[in-house]
Amino acid sequence: MEHVTGLRCRECARTYPAEALHVCDFCFGPLEVAYDYEAIAASTSRQTIAEGPSTIWRYAALLPVHDPSPIDLGTGCTPLVRADRLAAELGLGELWIKNDTANPTGSFKDRVVSVALTKARQLGFKVAACASTGNLANSVAAHAARAGMTSVVFIPHDLETAKIVTTAVYGGNLVAVEGNYDDVNRLCAELASEHPSWAFVNINIRTYYAEGSKTLAFEVAEQLGWRLPDHVVVPIASGSQLTKIRKGFDELHTVGLIDEAPHVRVSGAQAAGCSPVATAFAEGSDVIRPVKPDTVAKSLAIGNPADGWYALDAIRSTGGGCGSVTDDEIRDGIRLLARTEGIFAETAGGVTIATLAKLAADGTVRRDERVVAYVTGHGLKTVDALAASVGPTATIAPTMEAFASAVDLGSDLDVRADQDRSDR
Amino acid sequence: MSVTVRIPTQLRTLTGGAGEVHLDGATVGDVLNALDSAHAGMSERLFDADGGIRRFVNVFLADEDVRFLQGLDTPVVDGQTISVVPAVAGG
Repeated sequence: MEHVTGLRCRECARTYPAEALHVCDFCFGPLEVAYDYEAIAASTSRQTIAEGPSTIWRYAALLPVHDPSPIDLGTGCTPLVRADRLAAELGLGELWIKNDTANPTGSFKDRVVSVALTKARQLGFKVAACASTGNLANSVAAHAARAGMTSVVFIPHDLETAKIVTTAVYGGNLVAVEGNYDDVNRLCAELASEHPSWAFVNINIRTYYAEGSKTLAFEVAEQLGWRLPDHVVVPIASGSQLTKIRKGFDELHTVGLIDEAPHVRVSGAQAAGCSPVATAFAEGSDVIRPVKPDTVAKSLAIGNPADGWYALDAIRSTGGGCGSVTDDEIRDGIRLLARTEGIFAETAGGVTIATLAKLAADGTVRRDERVVAYVTGHGLKTVDALAASVGPTATIAPTMEAFASAVDLGSDLDVRADQDRSDR
Repeated sequence: MSVTVRIPTQLRTLTGGAGEVHLDGATVGDVLNALDSAHAGMSERLFDADGGIRRFVNVFLADEDVRFLQGLDTPVVDGQTISVVPAVAGG
């Protein structure tokens, strides 16, 4: 059932066994899981997937670990919703939102953590650790609690209150580091060398962890009736998620689940206050220059994106675009999605929607395309970002008069649709 | 200037398992060259064909990425620490 043949360096192709390794010993390139795709193709069909659980584990054949009872909170199979009202606002045609806010801890990170910790447990690890901008912290703490593992989670000290509480509640070790995410990451990379018995999901377990994001592609294809989108818009932090979504679409074809070779255009979304990939894209450069992040979208605030180069390559080679948006545009994006589709996204989702709007306006995302925008974290995690821009329509005394004088909802609100019809 | 260089797991086969080595040099580049002289094979692991730091290698001086400083030309002062750290994925 498990079809992993080993690990392979993405840069120099040296091979390694499927252990807790994440970078090539020789060139420091990231290691990738290598699969026996022929064996997967022979044993996997749309039918076998449909018979699987309603979680990411229905795609176990294409994941790097097989375990009959994975460490799982019920992740995946999140809604893919047709977004006609948002499409109308943006001048687009067939638009879908992959609503990954619906995962157990409210973000797509449950996908990668479920895979990472299931593999870590198989490798014998008892301690789960990570460096996080918040969403990963939530997910590692929750999954470790469920698995009975000890967790050691490192975050920047200035994270949103909600993300601190929603990590600390699970009772593991939560270490707030006086620095930004890149400082936390550097510290953890060094700690990982000194604590080889810890499973740092985004460091020594990264090779497996990153594979979990492929399920964002698998689910979208299955939910579209085993068809692919023409264009996807994905937020970029480290660049791993975007890179793996593209890989996921390719793998569906490789193993015969999709007949035609994929031509999915992949576009990236960044915050203007942390846009090393969008900047390189705009400049036509191959060099991703690290930046010091300054953005309300803290979950995307990675100034030195490890997979940024691969994300850039995926965008360019598929004919996608890459945009960046200001903090005000991010807030507007959150409100636009909420107002048109009833979905409350965190700031990263605001980045995605605001960038989608820009790419639609400049013609990069076209009206004749089937478009999927990935909204990957829940708005309740970042309510602070909107506290100054939304609130009650009015605050009134509990009387009919106070309501009448304070609130003018317009006379058409007093007409119900069924009355409308009977009057005709 | 005498500085401490912290070595990641991936390069400790070249240092006989040592996680820290002490070296002299006036700049980050000097120190990394001294690292190669002391532990042969380091340079080809750290530098690309053009002599720059490899794409997936991060070098920090006193916890600051040298790409925000003057790169390999960044001067070092006595007692500072240089860390060599592989890039890691985010979250």
